[in-house]
Amino acid sequence: MTVLEIPELCVVALVGVTGSGKSTFAARHFLPTEILSSDFCRGLVADEENDQSATDAAFDVLYYIASKRLEAGRLTVVDATNVQVQARRSVVNLAKANNVLAVAIVLDVPEDVCAARNASRSDRQFGPHVLRSQRSQLRRSIRGLRREGFHRVYHLKDEEEIAAASVEGEPLWNDRRSDRGPFDIVGDVHGCYEELEALLTALGYEIDPERSSARHPHGRRAVFLGDLVDRGPATPAVLRLVMGMTGEGSALCISGNHEVKLLRALNGRNVSTGHGLAQSLEQLAAQPPELSKQVASFLDGLISHFVLDEGRLVVAHAGLPATMQGRASATVRSFALYGDTTGETDEYGQPVRYPWAEDYRGEATVVYGHTPVPEAVWLNRTICIDTGCVFGGRLTALRYPERELVSVPANEVYYEPVRPLAPAAADEAREPTDLDLDDVLGKRRIETRLAGTVTIREENAAAALEVMSRFAVDPRWLVYLPPTMSPTATSEREGLLEHPHEAFAAFRSVGARTVVCEEKHMGSRAVVIACRDASVASRRFGIDAPSAGVVFTRTGRLFFADAEMEAALLGKVRAAVSVTGLWEELASDWLVLDCELLPWSAKAEDLLRQQYAAVGAAASRAVRAEDAVVQAVAARGVDVADLTAEMGQRAAMVDGFVAAYGHYCWPVESVDDLELAPFQVLAGEGSVHALRGHPWHLELLRRLADADPTTFRATNAITVEVEDEASCEAGTQWWEEMTSRGGEGMVVKPLDTVHHGPKGLAQPGIKVRGREYLRIIYGPEYTAERHLSRLRGRGLGHKRSLAVRELSLGIEALDRFVAGEPLYRVHECVFGVLALESEPTDPRL
Amino acid sequence: MLLTISTDHRPATDLGYLLHKNPSAHHRAELGFGRAHVVYPEASNERCTAAVVVDVDPVGLVRRRAPRGHDFSLGQYVNDRPYATSSFMSVALGKVFSTAMAGRSKERPELVEQAIALEVSLPVTPCRGGEDVAHRLFEPLGYEVTAQAIPLDPRFPQWGDSQYVDLTLTATVTLKGLLEHLVVLLPVLDDDKHYWVGPDEIDKLLRRGGDWLSRHPERELITRRYLRHDRRLTREALGRLMEEDLEDPDEAETRYDAREHAVERPIHLNERRLEAVLRAVRASGARRVLDLGCGEGKLIGELLRVRGIEQVVGVDVSSRMLDVAAQRLHLDTMAPSQRARVDLLHGSLTYRDARLVGFDAAAVAEVIEHLDPSRLGSFERAVFAHARPSTVIVTTPNIEYNVRFESLPAGALRHRDHRFEWTRAELANWCAQITTRHGYTVALSGIGPEDATVGPPTQMAVFSR
Repeated sequence: MTVLEIPELCVVALVGVTGSGKSTFAARHFLPTEILSSDFCRGLVADEENDQSATDAAFDVLYYIASKRLEAGRLTVVDATNVQVQARRSVVNLAKANNVLAVAIVLDVPEDVCAARNASRSDRQFGPHVLRSQRSQLRRSIRGLRREGFHRVYHLKDEEEIAAASVEGEPLWNDRRSDRGPFDIVGDVHGCYEELEALLTALGYEIDPERSSARHPHGRRAVFLGDLVDRGPATPAVLRLVMGMTGEGSALCISGNHEVKLLRALNGRNVSTGHGLAQSLEQLAAQPPELSKQVASFLDGLISHFVLDEGRLVVAHAGLPATMQGRASATVRSFALYGDTTGETDEYGQPVRYPWAEDYRGEATVVYGHTPVPEAVWLNRTICIDTGCVFGGRLTALRYPERELVSVPANEVYYEPVRPLAPAAADEAREPTDLDLDDVLGKRRIETRLAGTVTIREENAAAALEVMSRFAVDPRWLVYLPPTMSPTATSEREGLLEHPHEAFAAFRSVGARTVVCEEKHMGSRAVVIACRDASVASRRFGIDAPSAGVVFTRTGRLFFADAEMEAALLGKVRAAVSVTGLWEELASDWLVLDCELLPWSAKAEDLLRQQYAAVGAAASRAVRAEDAVVQAVAARGVDVADLTAEMGQRAAMVDGFVAAYGHYCWPVESVDDLELAPFQVLAGEGSVHALRGHPWHLELLRRLADADPTTFRATNAITVEVEDEASCEAGTQWWEEMTSRGGEGMVVKPLDTVHHGPKGLAQPGIKVRGREYLRIIYGPEYTAERHLSRLRGRGLGHKRSLAVRELSLGIEALDRFVAGEPLYRVHECVFGVLALESEPTDPRL
Repeated sequence: MLLTISTDHRPATDLGYLLHKNPSAHHRAELGFGRAHVVYPEASNERCTAAVVVDVDPVGLVRRRAPRGHDFSLGQYVNDRPYATSSFMSVALGKVFSTAMAGRSKERPELVEQAIALEVSLPVTPCRGGEDVAHRLFEPLGYEVTAQAIPLDPRFPQWGDSQYVDLTLTATVTLKGLLEHLVVLLPVLDDDKHYWVGPDEIDKLLRRGGDWLSRHPERELITRRYLRHDRRLTREALGRLMEEDLEDPDEAETRYDAREHAVERPIHLNERRLEAVLRAVRASGARRVLDLGCGEGKLIGELLRVRGIEQVVGVDVSSRMLDVAAQRLHLDTMAPSQRARVDLLHGSLTYRDARLVGFDAAAVAEVIEHLDPSRLGSFERAVFAHARPSTVIVTTPNIEYNVRFESLPAGALRHRDHRFEWTRAELANWCAQITTRHGYTVALSGIGPEDATVGPPTQMAVFSR
C-alpha cells in the first residue's frame, strides 16, 4: 500500500489521460469542495462538460476559484488531465503565487483500460488518436515532474496501486502551532557569546558549560531568530550552545541570512567573505574539524520561520507578512531571511528596506530581527528585537507570552556598523500613525467583546470618512466615541410622552432588579482626556501637546475652537484629579472621562439663536396676536368656541418652551463660566473602568466636585429596586421633582452597568426626559393631545439596537487602546461608532 | 400664523363683500398642511378687519416628507412655520380668497377695480436680509411700510433681534392687487418655501405678477427667491453627523468657496492657478496624474485635454463633490476611450490609499490649508511616503498677500474652512522638511501678480524625485 503524504496546504495536480480515473480517485481521497475539475468548469461556462471550445474560459474559472481557496489557506486539487507541460506550469505558478507547495499524483493506467472506460460513456466519444496523443505526452512528462517545480511526485503505475493508495495530511515544517511556549525569543547574536550567556542567565536559564547547553528550570524555551554567526568574537561558542539547546529541546532556532551564507561557505561554495563571514570561518578553522561538519548539518536543517502558539506567534529572521505566514515557497523563505527591499540603495550603499511592518494588519504577533534598531518598539503587532549587540548595542530577548523585553548591554563594539546606529529621535522611536483607507472604508465587520460582531455598512463608513477627515481631532486622541442612548418606551399617560414607569418596567422585564437613576445634565457631550503632564501625552498617546490632553465632542471634533480655553479647562481637571489623589488611586497618569459640558449655549449658541430662540420669539408673538383676534371676534358674538378654547393653552405651552431652553443658557466669557459634569471614568492605564458599577463612578466623580465645586458638577442619583413598588414610586417622585425644576430628566442604568438579559445585552441606559424639556425636542405645543396622540407612534427598536452596537464598539476601542494594540485597531472601532451614528434614525429619540 | 386686512373705506363692512366672506360668520377651509380660519375681530361701518388665522399642523409637517431630499428647517418639530408668515399664508390666501383674487364680487362689482385704503398687519413676518428688504419690496408698489424688529429673547439681550418683524403695510390699492402682492411677496420675504418648486411655479408667478412685476425695481430678487429651487443634494447620512452646526456642510463650503472667489476675483486667481498647475503637470511629462482634492473636477477637465496624459484620477473626501464632478465632466455620456482615461475616487488624504500608488504626478491645489495642522503629518506620509508620485504640485495661499485684497477684512483668512494660511517662509520650511524626509527636491514659485513686498497671492511648490 502506498501512502501519499500530502502537505496540509498545497495544490495537488492529478496527472492522467482521459479515462484514467482521476475524478474517482479524487472523490475517494479529498473533500468534494477541495476538488476543482476542468470538466465541471467547462459545464459552468458552456453548459456542456466536453465542449472543448470552452476550455480556456473553463480554466480561467478554475484558476480563479483555486486562487481564492489558496489565499484562504485551503488545500486544492486540480482535476484535469495535466498531461501537457504548459498545463502543469500553470499549476506550479498558481502554487508559487500563493506560496504553497505543488504536488503531482500521476495515475498511470494502461491505454486499453482508459479506452474501455471512455467507450462506456456516451459523452466521451472522441477518436483513439486523442487518447494516444495524451498517453505519449504523459510518458514524456513523468521524468521531469520534479524539475518542473513539484515538491512531491507520486507515480501510481497501475490500477492496483491506485486502488491501494491512501492519502495522509502532512503538517508543514514551519507549522508548530501546537507548541504554546512559553518562549524567550532572542535577537541577532552575531557571535557575542558572553552577552548571550548573560542574557540567558538574566532570563533564568541555567547554563551547563560542560555539555554546552542550557535549560530553564520552568521549562521555558529559547527561540533564536537567526544571525547567530559572523562579525562577533565567539561564533563557535554561540553555535555550540545553540546546537546543544536545540538538541536537548530547550531551544528552537530559525535561519538568518548569515547562516545561509556560512553554510554555502562550509559546503565549499565560492562566496565573498564580507559582512563578518571571514571572522566566522577563521574562528571555526581554529576549532576541531568535526565542529564545522556538525555546524553545516545543523545549519542545513534550519528552516526560515515558525508559526507557534495556535497561530498567535510567528518568528522569522527578517519578519513575515500575514499572507506568507505558514506558507512555503522560495519567496517566503527569501522574505523571512532578507526582508522586503525596494531594490534601491541608500547613501551608505545599503539596500532600502520596504517597511512591511507599517502595513502589517495580521492577527499573529511577529517577532523578528535582522535590522539593527536602537530600541525594540511594537508596531502593528510586530517587533524587531535586533538591538545591534555586535555593533555595541544590546542583546535583547522578548519574553512570550508576557511580552516583556529583557536585554543586556554589549561589552564592546565588536564591529563598526556601515550605517550609524543613531539613538532614536523621539518621534522615530514611536509608532507611525499611518492609517490605511482599508482600515476603515467599505463594509466592515468588527469583533467586539461585548456584543460579538458589529457590521458597518459601506455608505455609513463613507459618511464617517468625510467627517473624520475634515473635522475630527488627531486619531491618536480618539480612543473612544460616546454611544447614543435610547429613550424609554412611550408613556400613555395623559400629557406625557415619557415617564419613569416604562423605564423601570423595561429593566424588570430583563431581570435587572436594581437600577441607578442618574440626573441627566443638559449641555453638550464632551470626552475629556487629561494627562498628568505633556510627557505622558507624548509617551502614551504619541502626541506632543502642551495642553497635555484634549476635549472632543460626540463626533470627535475639538470641543473648543479656542486652544487656550481647552488648556485652561484641562488644567482645572488635572488640578482636581491631583488634589483628590486619583492618579495614584487609579495607578494611571492619564484618564479618559465621559462628560456633559455646560451650558448648552456654550457650544450651541448659534443653534439656540437661529432655531430655539427664533421659534420662541415667533411663537410668543404670534400666539398672543391670534389670541387677541379671537377674543375680539368672540366679543362680537361670533361663535368661535373651538378657537378660544385652544388659544389660552397655546400661550402657556409656548411660554413653557421659552422657559425650557432658558435653563440651559448662560453667557460664557471665560473658562470659569463653564461647568463640567463627568459621569464616567472611562479608562486609565492598564484598566478600562467603563464597565464598573455606576456607584463607583459617581462616588469617585463626586470627589472631583468636592475638590472644585465651581468647575465640576456632581451627578445626583438614586437607586431603585424595580421589583419594589414603593422604590419605583420614590424614583418617579425624584424624577418629577428634578424635571419640575427645569432638569432635562434622568438616565436609568442597570446597577452592574452591563446586564445580560434573556435576549442578550440589555440597554446600557434608558433616558427619561422631562415633560417641559421635551418641548425643545418635539416642539412648543407637543403636549396638546391632538399632537401627542400622533407623537406616541414612535419606533424605538433601531435606536435601541444602535445604542448597544455603539456601546460595544466604544468599549472595544478602549479595551484595545488600554491593551496597547495598534492605532488602526482602535481607530476601526471609533470610526465604526461614527459610521453607525450616520445611520438614519429619528433624531428626536 | 396671522394676517389681518383692515379698511376704513366707508362702509367698511364692504370688505366682507370684496372678500366674499360674511363678517358675522366663522369661515374655515381645510388645507393640506392644516386649516385656515377667516374671522372679523371688528366689523363696523367705520372700520372693518378681516383676520386670516392659519393653523399649521407641526406634526404633520415633519411626518410628510418632502419628495426630494429633506429640508432641515422643515425636518424639525421645533419650527417657526406654524407661527411665522410664509408661503403657507400665500397658499391659504389663494384658497380662502380665491373669488376676490379672481376679481369677482357679486354684490360690489364696482368696488373690485377701485383703489381703497387698506392696511395689512403681519405680526410675525420672517424677513431674510433684514427689514430693509420689506421696504424694498413693498414701497415701489406704493405701500407705506412699518417694520418693527422682534427681539430673540429679552432674557438674553446679547443675542439681538430675530429675523422676524412686526410688519404693517398701508396703501390705497385694489383688494385684488393687494392680495396678489402678498401672495407673491410673502414667500419672497421669507426666502423659503414649504413646497418644492416645479415648472408651473413660473406660470403662477407670471400670472400673479404679470403687470407689476416687470416694472418692479427688485424683480430680479423677487424672481430668484420666488422660484427658489432647492439645489442641495443634502446627504442625509452626513447631515446627521453635523451636531450643533445647523448648516449643511456642503452648502457652507459652497458659500465659503464663493466668498473666496469673490475676494480673489479681481486678479482672476482661480484661472491663473489652474493654468499654473496645468503648466507644471505638462512640464513634468507625467502620463498618469492624480488630482488630490479634485472638488468639482475643473482641473480634471483640463488635464483630459492634454495629449499624452493617459490617466487622470480625481480624489475627494466629499462624495457629494464627486457627484458634482461626475456631472460636470459628463462621465456617463463620455466617449469610451476618454472615459477609460478618467476615474473619480472617494478617499481621504490623511489615510494611506493603495489606489494612489504608481502615479507620475499629483496635483494638490488649494487643499492643504483645509487640513488641520495636526493632520499634516498624516497627509505628508500618505502622499510623499506612500503614494510617492514622481512629481507633487502643491498650491496654497500666501497669507502675506491678504492685505492686498480690498474686500477681505484685516486678519481674516480667505475661506472660513481654511485651518491656516502660510507665509512664504512657512511654506518653504514645510517643503524643506519634506525634501529631507522623503527624498524629493522642491521648486517654489508664485501664482498671480507678484507684489514687491508681500509676494504673490498664491504660492506653488513643485516637488520631484
